[in-house]
Amino acid sequence: MSKYIPGQPLTAVVERIEIQKLRQGDNLILGFSIGGGIDQDPGQNPFTNDKTDKGIYVTRISENGPADVAGLREGDKIMQVNGWDMTMVTHDKARKTLTKKNQDVVRLLVTRRSLEEAVKQSMGKKQ
Amino acid sequence: MQAPAAMEAADEVLQVLDVCEAIEETREVIVTTIEEDPIRNSPPVASCGAGTKPSQDDNWGETTTAVTGTSEHSLSQEDVVRITKDLEESVGLDCRRYLGLALAVVLGLLVFLTPLAFLALPHLLWPEKLQSCGTACEGLFISVAFKLLILLLAVWALFFRPPRAGLPRVFVFRALLAVLVLLFVASYWLFYGVRILDSQDENYQGIVQYAVSLVDALLFIHYLAIVLLELRQLQPCFSVCVARSTDGEARHYNLGQLSIQRAALAILERYYCDFPVHNPALLSASKSRAAKHLAGLKVYNVDGEFPEAPAEGPGNNAAAAAGMVQSQSRAMIAATARRRDTSHNELYYEEAEHERRVRKRKSRLVVAVEEAFTHIKRMQEEEQKKAPGDVMDPREAAQAIFPSMARALQKYLRTTKQQHCHSMESIQQHLAFCITNNMTPKAFLECYLTPGPTLQYGRDHWLARKWTLISEASVTSGLKDGSTFALRCLDFGLVVTTKRIPYIQMSEEYIDPKSHKFVLRLQSETSV
Repeated sequence: MSKYIPGQPLTAVVERIEIQKLRQGDNLILGFSIGGGIDQDPGQNPFTNDKTDKGIYVTRISENGPADVAGLREGDKIMQVNGWDMTMVTHDKARKTLTKKNQDVVRLLVTRRSLEEAVKQSMGKKQ
Repeated sequence: MQAPAAMEAADEVLQVLDVCEAIEETREVIVTTIEEDPIRNSPPVASCGAGTKPSQDDNWGETTTAVTGTSEHSLSQEDVVRITKDLEESVGLDCRRYLGLALAVVLGLLVFLTPLAFLALPHLLWPEKLQSCGTACEGLFISVAFKLLILLLAVWALFFRPPRAGLPRVFVFRALLAVLVLLFVASYWLFYGVRILDSQDENYQGIVQYAVSLVDALLFIHYLAIVLLELRQLQPCFSVCVARSTDGEARHYNLGQLSIQRAALAILERYYCDFPVHNPALLSASKSRAAKHLAGLKVYNVDGEFPEAPAEGPGNNAAAAAGMVQSQSRAMIAATARRRDTSHNELYYEEAEHERRVRKRKSRLVVAVEEAFTHIKRMQEEEQKKAPGDVMDPREAAQAIFPSMARALQKYLRTTKQQHCHSMESIQQHLAFCITNNMTPKAFLECYLTPGPTLQYGRDHWLARKWTLISEASVTSGLKDGSTFALRCLDFGLVVTTKRIPYIQMSEEYIDPKSHKFVLRLQSETSV
């Protein structure tokens, strides 16, 4: 995850993940927990080296839930949800964007450290 | 007489064999702690021996070096010191004290009678010519009287105190002040003699004002005396570390700007109050261990070779002997380093055993004392009138219950090697004291369980102690950062090192009380 410089565009290697929401009684659940946000304390984030990163991170994945099945991993940083940016949002806004009642499917763009390294390795191999 | 080569060989011998005093360029002077003597009420202003002492010291120091260096039958440093002390004692010390007292009395009388003389002499010598004293002039009489009274009280408060000690050199500030006062009064008398007595001045008011100015100036000199003698050393400037040479007991004190002899006096007074009493019986164990280390080895010369023997001169044998001794000591050091020493084992088990024994004796003692204290009860006032039977005063009560705890106490004191510090009489006295003041058995035992400061013990522990101040710098010079000196008494010594308290640079930072603001650290985790 590259450090965000205000005013500069942020580049990252992302993976597309499509999660089908599961209906449990009256709720549609995705099967993971999020942490972070611009109103939260970024120093407590165990998933990143940059302790000023205020993005939304996946903190827990319930086993065999929709997110686990779709390939989401713990520690992933969510960059976009259904086209809505998730890098500069409050915690509550992120929750609301993910749990819109009229949507069955959420399409996430997530990034993780291993993605960047995989790209670098493949680029190195090509050369 | 021996040749120069022999002198060098003799010096070499000195290096190998331990000489008791290594410092040869020190000035040794004597500090005597004396008891409170109510008769002597005056300060030691000057010493008669001050002028002669430095030269006496210098000669004596050179003689001492030669004595220890060249002769075989050499006196140890302590013997020489003792001889010199006896000489000085018989002549110097009393003379100094009485002379100081006499000088102080003379100066005091001079100071107090001078203004009165200034006022009285015109009336005695030329009463007809003198103008009569008007109102303002008589007002000045009152002023002179009260200022003299204040001066009298102030001098009594500052100077008329029993001397705490006899210091080796003259107290520099006091001498300076005495000289200043003398010069001042002499110059006033000179002026008075020339301008007033000779010309027989009629203006009496001017004379009275002159006397008033003298008294004012004397009060200011007294103020100077307070500042120099009392106030200057109050602010702490140095931190001194005082360590006892025999058992390493150390304390740290804060002192102000003092000369070395005054600092030594302050340290000694605090020594008597703070340091636990010096107990030579506790040091015998380490001495016996040290003796055992050296006693185990003996050096035999198998080949009969003399290393590095110079072939010429009468100093041949001495040099060869010196070389032999050097190689012998080196061989011993190497051998002790190599052999497997189990003395640490012995020490460990011995100390554990001793501690166990002390604790057992202590528990027996505590039980015996508690039981003894239950045998007596304080009688109330009403009971005293009713039953005058077998009534005892504290001393008799102490004597009655002492035998039941005597054995346990004696055994405990023997185990902790304190038996020479407490006599039977002192223990009974202490017991009577505790009974009178309603103290518990634990309170009675406290002074036997832990060694207290020296003053607590019987007078023979601290009475008439002679201390010697050993210093490389002059003892009237001030304390400096890193200066060291030693105070020695017959059994042990105190080594003193000084460090200056650092200069502190402080800056300020203003904090607006409204600037204290806080936020919550949120870390929520929501499941979606």
